[in-house]
Amino acid sequence: MFKAIDTGKQRKVITLRVEGHDVCAYEGDTLAIALLNADVVVFRRTPVSGQSRAPLCLMGICFDCLVEVDGRQNVQACMLEVQPGMQVCLQKGARRPEEVA
Amino acid sequence: MSEAFTHDLIVIGAGPAGMSAAITAASIGMKTALLDEQPRAGGQIYRNVSEVGPKIGALLGQDYLHGRPLVDKLSRSAAEVRHGVLVWDVNRDLAITAMQEGRSFQLRAPQLIAATGALERASPIPGWTLPGVMNAGAAQIALKSSASIPAGPIVLAGGGPLLLLVACQLLDAGATIAGIVETAPRANRWAAIRHLPAALGAPSYLVKGLKMVRRLRAAGIPWFTQATELVIEGRECAQALRFHSAGRECRLEAGIVLLHHGVIPNTQLSRLLRTEHVWDTKQLAWAPRVDGWGQTSLSGFRIAGDGASIAGALAAENSGAIAAIGAAFALGHLDSVERDQRSSAARRDLARQLSIRPFLDTLYRPPEWINKPADATVVCRCEEVTAGRVREMARLGCQGPNQTKFLSRCGMGPCQGRICGGVVTQVLAEALGKPPAEIGSYRIRAPLKPIPMESLAALSHTQFKGNNP
Repeated sequence: MFKAIDTGKQRKVITLRVEGHDVCAYEGDTLAIALLNADVVVFRRTPVSGQSRAPLCLMGICFDCLVEVDGRQNVQACMLEVQPGMQVCLQKGARRPEEVA
Repeated sequence: MSEAFTHDLIVIGAGPAGMSAAITAASIGMKTALLDEQPRAGGQIYRNVSEVGPKIGALLGQDYLHGRPLVDKLSRSAAEVRHGVLVWDVNRDLAITAMQEGRSFQLRAPQLIAATGALERASPIPGWTLPGVMNAGAAQIALKSSASIPAGPIVLAGGGPLLLLVACQLLDAGATIAGIVETAPRANRWAAIRHLPAALGAPSYLVKGLKMVRRLRAAGIPWFTQATELVIEGRECAQALRFHSAGRECRLEAGIVLLHHGVIPNTQLSRLLRTEHVWDTKQLAWAPRVDGWGQTSLSGFRIAGDGASIAGALAAENSGAIAAIGAAFALGHLDSVERDQRSSAARRDLARQLSIRPFLDTLYRPPEWINKPADATVVCRCEEVTAGRVREMARLGCQGPNQTKFLSRCGMGPCQGRICGGVVTQVLAEALGKPPAEIGSYRIRAPLKPIPMESLAALSHTQFKGNNP
């Protein structure tokens, strides 16, 4: 969907896991941009009807970029910077109930 | 929380208005805190400005780089700046509850300035929920924050200075633009000419606008005007934009469709605090009522920048300084002579910035149809409520957005009506034959954004007050 252009600066590359696959991203990128750069088209499926969705605003307003990060559900991907080893799952419908410890 | 104040002034949002307010207040000697949701100062307009290299900086232009000295000044000021902070509740006694790194905490000051800026007006056309459809501002954010651009062909549709600016920046960054589809009706041009003499008070805006048009024309980008009946095609993601222009049906293939119909004030905080709002019939949006010092109808609560009324980054910088000076006067840090002296330059510059607004607001007034979506079109993206369902509820007797919300969940999803609020008010206004001002808006409650329950645990040691009824 998106691609990074040459900034004239050296940028550090880190690796995260998305749906079990390694995905490279630039340090400092938001997770939403990293996923767009990695050609993730459908970020989530809606709880209501299963429609496909991806970011609309990239500024924390629309909540269409919700993903699961390291087991936390409904995280706004546009408000989170990528970290090495981050485990990302794409949400398919409503939030799962969590087990009570 | 105790009655004690933690600060003299708390500013929310580190865009031009918030940075300027915090810098000004700290320079007057007020104990000031600036809370911002992003990792770095700048807001959306100057997003990442302290980090971008010369290449991306040059691409984004001088208006963007204007934010850099402001960020530098903020970092040298005595204001306490906290980033990554989500303010999720403000009480009417101005006690603030915020979350940082998953933990909630409270602050309180006798003066509060909200500088929470603007958001892009919704463009509810068929297919606007498909992946690949984004606000034009989102593409600019990707460029500013990560030097990322759409990989395939792009169509830009709508109207306003930002649409043309984003088109120019994407073009310079090497993106492929399949077309620009302007939706402003022809009547806007004639109506705008009347405001041209006043706009000459800020001639640089007009020169920039003409330069952008010339740049895009020279690039040979297909350009369509007075477009209507926009439909985004695609099953799982956007594939093409279909529309009518100059009496014929057109279709542009693109995987990224960037929509823009201007920006509107982000009023979540002022709505939470139940301050007075007016329906701005020129900008077609709610605006909180403020006086010349940013003071709202709630004593001590001020609003600066685009959150009060859309006027742009330079105006926001001025209104931030003016609001901070107003707050300093209210607390007795300045007498009225000092107050007027200190604010006079900002006020003069603000008046100059505002002189372009009647022209821009008229030229880029959104087409009527953008707020009259077809029955089958989703207006509430979160809960997937269509315009037809909202109209049906109006026929069943619903008198306002809170009743339709109660009966259909329209506006009840995670975005809490930020996207659909203005549209639903206007759909109901039309259906009920009343002006939007009489229809009202969603009642906003804490938390302003969904927060995890565990973040409340840190608050357990402080006495927690409930919010407004």
